[in-house]
Amino acid sequence: MRPIANTRDVTGVPTGRLAIWWVIGSEIVIFGGLLASYLMYRLANPGWAGHAAHTNVVAGGFNTFVLLTSSLFAVLAHQAAEAGNGKKAAKLLIATTVGGLIFLTVKGFEWTHEIQLGYTITANTFWSFYYTAAGLHACHVIAGMIVMLIVAAKARRGVDLHHVELIGIYWHFVDVVWIFLFPLLYIAK
Amino acid sequence: MSEHAHPNYVKIWGILLVLLVVSIVGPMFEIQAVTLVTAFGIAFVKAYLVVKNFMHLNVEPRFLIYMLATCLAFMGLFYAGVAPDVMAATGSNWVKPSFVAALDPYADDGGVLGH
Repeated sequence: MRPIANTRDVTGVPTGRLAIWWVIGSEIVIFGGLLASYLMYRLANPGWAGHAAHTNVVAGGFNTFVLLTSSLFAVLAHQAAEAGNGKKAAKLLIATTVGGLIFLTVKGFEWTHEIQLGYTITANTFWSFYYTAAGLHACHVIAGMIVMLIVAAKARRGVDLHHVELIGIYWHFVDVVWIFLFPLLYIAK
Repeated sequence: MSEHAHPNYVKIWGILLVLLVVSIVGPMFEIQAVTLVTAFGIAFVKAYLVVKNFMHLNVEPRFLIYMLATCLAFMGLFYAGVAPDVMAATGSNWVKPSFVAALDPYADDGGVLGH
């Protein structure tokens, strides 16, 4: 492993990992604000249960399964990287990325069907929240996939293996956000 | 890279999948209390398992936990500050104009924003 800046340890946490936790902290405020807003509108408006009934629980549940499984691959990649096995870590990171791709594909079919039925982002406030929250989450999935492929390419060559853990922490957070989005948007009818 | 003991990740993944099934099946009974516990209560359990075992927050220094907790507290502060306005139609010496037009402001499927 190369002695680069983000492996320094001043606070008891390597700087790179500390930076990721700060990213997570800012993401908590971003998603937290959005979900808190959704929650207060939802509680004030029982009629939204009727809109939520049109979301596809099977698709949402399958996507939760996909994200949980991709999180498993991400943490196994971290374990492999820690053991110095960059090639295995790279393979597991690619498997994680495939999980993200499956998630986005299902989301694409789901949204296409909903838009065809007239449930667009401007249909009403519920669908505005639905597309904004799920869309923002999907953007995070895409960003994570891009970074993960870069980290995987480097890990394959045995370079910067500590980055595997950092992208993993981010990916798990994206998973945690979906864990809350799923019941809020799909389950609560 | 953090050096720490790794739990059995596949076992944790299995537990998460069982919890996922419960969170889908529970609300099918259409009992509000059961829905709250199975859908939302279990979401917190799942998040805890992921944060503890996959993100390894439990082995990080405590200041990181406090930092993240502060961010969550700000989310709570935001909710407490804004919800009274969003969720109420009237208050002391004020009435929300968008609520004046209809007796039941929530009857419109469009929601409180009036779409």
